[in-house]
Amino acid sequence: MSKTAFKRIYTRISQITKATCSLKAENIGYEELAIVGGRLAQVVKIVGDEITLQIFSGTEGIPTNAEVMFLGRPPSLRIGQDMEGRFLNAYGDPIDGGPELTGAEQEIGGPSVNPVRREQPSQLITTGIAGIDLNNTLVTGQKIPFFADPDQPFNQIMALLALRADADKIILGGMGLSNDDYLFYKKSFMNAGSLDRIIAFVNTTDDPPVERLMVPDMALAAAEHYASGKNEKVLVLLTDMTLYADALSIVSNRMDQIPSKDSMPGSLYSDLAKIYEKAVQFPDGGSITIIAVTTLSGGDITHAIPDNTGYITEGQLFLRRDTEVGKVLIDPFRSLSRLKQLVIGDQTREDHPQIMNTAIRLYADALNARTKQENGFDLTEYDERALTFSTQYKEKLLAVDVNLSMNEMLDEGWKLLSDHFSRNEVGIREDLVNKYWPAEK
Amino acid sequence: MTRGKVSGIIANLVIVDVKDPVVQNEICMILHPEASLMAEVIKIGENKAYVQVFESTRGLKTGTEVEFSGKMLEVSLGPGILSRNYDGLQNDLDAMKGIFLRRGEYTSPLNDQKRWEFVPLQAKGTAVIAGDWLGEVTENRIAHKIMVPFTLEGEWMIESIAVEGKYTVNDTIATLGNKTGEKRDVTMVQKWPVKRPLKAFRHKPRPFRILETGIRAIDTLNPITEGGTGFIPGPFGCGKTVLQHAISRQAEADIVIVAACGERANEVVEIFKEFPELEDARTGAKLIERTTIIANTSNMPVAAREASVYTAMTLAEYYRNMGLKVLLLADSTSRWAQALREMSNRMEELPGPDAFPMDLPAIISNFYARAGYVELHNDATGSITFIGTVSPAGGNLKEPVTEATKKAARCFYALSQERADSKRYPAIDPVDSYSKYMEYEELQESLKETISDQWTGMVEHSRDMIIKGKEVMEQINILGDDGVPIEHHVLFWKSEVIDFIILQQDGFDEVDRMTPLKRQEYMLKKVLGIVDTEFRFAKFEEVAEYFRSIINVMKQMNYSEFHSDQFRDYETQLDSLINERNIV
Repeated sequence: MSKTAFKRIYTRISQITKATCSLKAENIGYEELAIVGGRLAQVVKIVGDEITLQIFSGTEGIPTNAEVMFLGRPPSLRIGQDMEGRFLNAYGDPIDGGPELTGAEQEIGGPSVNPVRREQPSQLITTGIAGIDLNNTLVTGQKIPFFADPDQPFNQIMALLALRADADKIILGGMGLSNDDYLFYKKSFMNAGSLDRIIAFVNTTDDPPVERLMVPDMALAAAEHYASGKNEKVLVLLTDMTLYADALSIVSNRMDQIPSKDSMPGSLYSDLAKIYEKAVQFPDGGSITIIAVTTLSGGDITHAIPDNTGYITEGQLFLRRDTEVGKVLIDPFRSLSRLKQLVIGDQTREDHPQIMNTAIRLYADALNARTKQENGFDLTEYDERALTFSTQYKEKLLAVDVNLSMNEMLDEGWKLLSDHFSRNEVGIREDLVNKYWPAEK
Repeated sequence: MTRGKVSGIIANLVIVDVKDPVVQNEICMILHPEASLMAEVIKIGENKAYVQVFESTRGLKTGTEVEFSGKMLEVSLGPGILSRNYDGLQNDLDAMKGIFLRRGEYTSPLNDQKRWEFVPLQAKGTAVIAGDWLGEVTENRIAHKIMVPFTLEGEWMIESIAVEGKYTVNDTIATLGNKTGEKRDVTMVQKWPVKRPLKAFRHKPRPFRILETGIRAIDTLNPITEGGTGFIPGPFGCGKTVLQHAISRQAEADIVIVAACGERANEVVEIFKEFPELEDARTGAKLIERTTIIANTSNMPVAAREASVYTAMTLAEYYRNMGLKVLLLADSTSRWAQALREMSNRMEELPGPDAFPMDLPAIISNFYARAGYVELHNDATGSITFIGTVSPAGGNLKEPVTEATKKAARCFYALSQERADSKRYPAIDPVDSYSKYMEYEELQESLKETISDQWTGMVEHSRDMIIKGKEVMEQINILGDDGVPIEHHVLFWKSEVIDFIILQQDGFDEVDRMTPLKRQEYMLKKVLGIVDTEFRFAKFEEVAEYFRSIINVMKQMNYSEFHSDQFRDYETQLDSLINERNIV
C-alpha cells in the first residue's frame, strides 16, 4: 500500500448519474483508474479540470463526499505463472478463494499486431465434432462465434470443444454467465484434470453488467502473454458476446451518445473488431484462436450484434435443434469457416473437400425433397433415398454429440454415400471413388 | 508555429486551447511524453480547436503541449511507392519495429537512400506547368514520371535539369523559375494534401473503353470502363472480398492500389503472402510489382481509417497523372462511413439516418468523383477505375451507405445471399446488378470494334433469357413439374446454361478463374447457340437430365485451355449432344 500513500484524495463530487460521477481534479490521464468510495472507476471524459468517471459497479449509494483516489494507471492484470488454473473476476482478482496474484502489472487492451508481421493461419484444430471438423474446419489464429439461441447448450459445447482441442492454454472469458454455468465450467475443467492449463475471467449475472466490459481485454492480455511471449497455442473462449454488446449499449446510453441500429452504439463494429482481431498467428508459432458465443434472438442474424460480428469473424457456427433426430446440430448451410480452405485436403486426407461438399449437396437435395413432400407433390425414388440419407447424416455426423477422429468422419461419410447412392450419383472425382468407395458387402 | 494546450479528452476527440490562428483540417502533434500523437483539426471554436487523434489517447493529460503544423494531412509522392505496405497515414508498415504496432511510431513512406536512374524528358528553357513530366525513372518496370510539383501555379521555365544519372529522391533534379523571379528546386518527391483532388489534367471525357477483369459476370453482362466507378454491396459471407481480390489480381491495369479499410487483418495477410508469388498474366511480372496496399485493418485506429481511403485515392491520382491505368479498390467503404459516424457522434452533431452524418451522401459522391478517365496536358491519357465494397447492415440495401453509394457509382454489383447459399459464385445477382456504362454510346462503339457488331445484342439477349428463366422457375415452383408445359422446363434450363457457363466461374481453378474477352465472346456465342436451338423432348424428366449433361460438358470446356485439344474434344462432345435432340 506504500506506493499509493502519496496519492491525493478528493472528496467533492459535483455530479452523479446512474453510471458516472464528475469532479474537479488535476493531472489526470485519460482512461486511468480511480477508486470512488471503494469502487473501481475509470476516466471516460476530461473537459478542463472536470473529470468524468465511469463507476463499473454503478453509483447507487455513492455520496457527494465519497473519497476519490486516482491510481495513475489504466486497467491492468497481474500476469504471471500463478494465474494458471485460477478463476478470476473482471478485475483480475481471485474468486476461487485462492491467494492474490503476484505477477507484474500489465496494461490490458494494448496495441494490435502489425498486419505485415502476421502469419497466415495454417494449423488444423480438431474437436471431434464432425459438424465442425468435417464441414467447418477450424484453424489456429481464427476467430469464430457460435450463433445460438439462448436455450441451446452452447456452454456445454464450448467446454467440450475446449477440452478436446489441442491447446496449450485455454482462457475463458465469461460475461453474464449464470452462476450455474460458471460452476459447470469449473466442474468440467476440474474433472478433465487439466485445470493447470486453464485461466478463467468470469463476470456472472450477480455482478454489475458494466464490469463485463473488462473481461475480453483481461482474457486477451493473458492470451497474448502465452502466445506471443511463450509461443504457445492459446484458445480463448468468450461467452456471451451479446451480453458484452448489451453492456456497451448501456454505457453509451448513459454517456448520452446517439444510438445507431438496434439501440447499439455507432462504434459497435470497431469495439467488437478490437477484441476479435486479437486472434492471430504469430511468426514464432504461438497463436490466439477465439471461439465466441453470440446469442441470437429467435435466430435473427440481421440484428446489429450478430450482423457486425459476421462481418468481423472468420465464419460462424450455427446451432440448430433438429426435431427429426431430436439432437442439436451444426447447421451445414448457415455455418461457415472461412479459413478451412487453408487446411482441408492438405493437412487432412485428400478426399476431405469432396466428401464435405458432396454430402452437403445431397443433404440439400433431401431438403428440396422434403419441401416437395410438404407441398403435396410426389417423391421420386431418388428423393426417398436422399431423405433417408439426410436422417443418418444428421445423426451420425452433424449432431454435436459425435466424437470421431478426422479419418473416421471421412470414412463415415463414404459409408453413408455408398449406403444410399450409387457411384455415379455422387459426382466425386473418379480416382477418389476408386480409392475410398467401401467394398460391396 | 501555432502552439496550444490540451484542455479536454473524450476518446479520440481532443480539445486544444489555442490563441493563435488555426487552419481547419490542419495536422497537429500532441506532445504526449510517451510518444507524440498525430491529430487533425476537425472543428474550431472560440480559442479552441477540436482535433481527432489518429491513435489511442490513453494516459493523455490536460495541459499537454500541442504543435500545429499549418499543413493538412499530406502524402509523399515519388518513386518507391509500389510494392509497399502502408498504414492509412502512409507509414511504411514493414519499416516498423516489433510485432505490435506502437502508437506514435511514424515511418518514412519512401526510401531516401535508394538511387534511381533518372532520365530527363525536357530540355532547359522549356515552359512547363504543374503536372508536366520533367523526367522519368524506372520503378518496377513502370516508367515513373517525375512531374512539376502540383502545387505550382501558372507557367514556369526550366532553368536547369539534371543529366541522366543516379539520384536519390531528395536530390534536386531541376530548377524552375517564373516571370516574377521566383525559383523552385524540384526533387523526385513532392507532397499533396489527401483530401484535395489532384487535378493537373486538361479534361475528363466520358469513359468509353472496357476495363477487362476476366470475370464473366462483370465483363460480359455489366462491364466496368477504364476510369469507371462501381460498388459491390453484399451481406457477410457472399464473397465481397474474394471478388475484390480476384479483380485486383486479374484486372487489366498498370497499377493496383488496394485500400483495406477497416476489414479483417487475415485477409490483408493473404494479399501480403500471395501477391509476391502470383504472376500478372499479361506481363509475367509478380503482382506485387504493380500493387500498393494501404492496410488499415479493423483493429487499427478509427480516425486513420477515414484517412486511409483518401491516402489511397491520392496515390492513385499521382500514378494516373503519369498516363497510367490505375485500379483502386476499397474494402470496405462502409467502415469508412462508420468512422465518420463515430466522429460526428463525438462532436455531438445532429445525426442523419441511422446516426450517420447528414453530409454522408455528399462525402461519398465527392470521393467517387475523383475517379475517371483523363486527358493530360501532353495528350497522354490516364485513368482511375474505382471499385468499393459496401457492407450493408443486416444485408439490407436500403441503408444510408448503400443508398448514397448507389447515387455516386455507375456500376452496381449486387451480391445475393441466395446465390451464395447455393454456391453459385461469384454471387453477383444477374437481374439486380447493372452497369450504366452499357447505355454509353461511346462504350457500345468501342465494344463493336474490340469484340463484334453483335456483342451488345447478344448480351441483351442473354439478360432477357435470365429474367425469363427466373419467371418460369417461379411458375414451376407453384404449379409443380407436371403442371406446366414442357417448353417451360426447356426455357428454364436454357437460362440455367447461361447461369452455369457464363455467370458462374470457379475462382480456384487455374484456367476458369480468368476469361479473356475473346474467350468470353466465344463461349457466349456457344451458349446462345443452344438457347436459340429447338429441342425435342417426350416428357419433362428428360429435360433436366439432358441439360445437366450439356452443362457438364460445357463446364469441362471452361476448365480447359482455350482452343486446346482437350477443349476441342469437349466441343465435339457438345456438338454431338446437341445433335441428339435438336430440331433442324
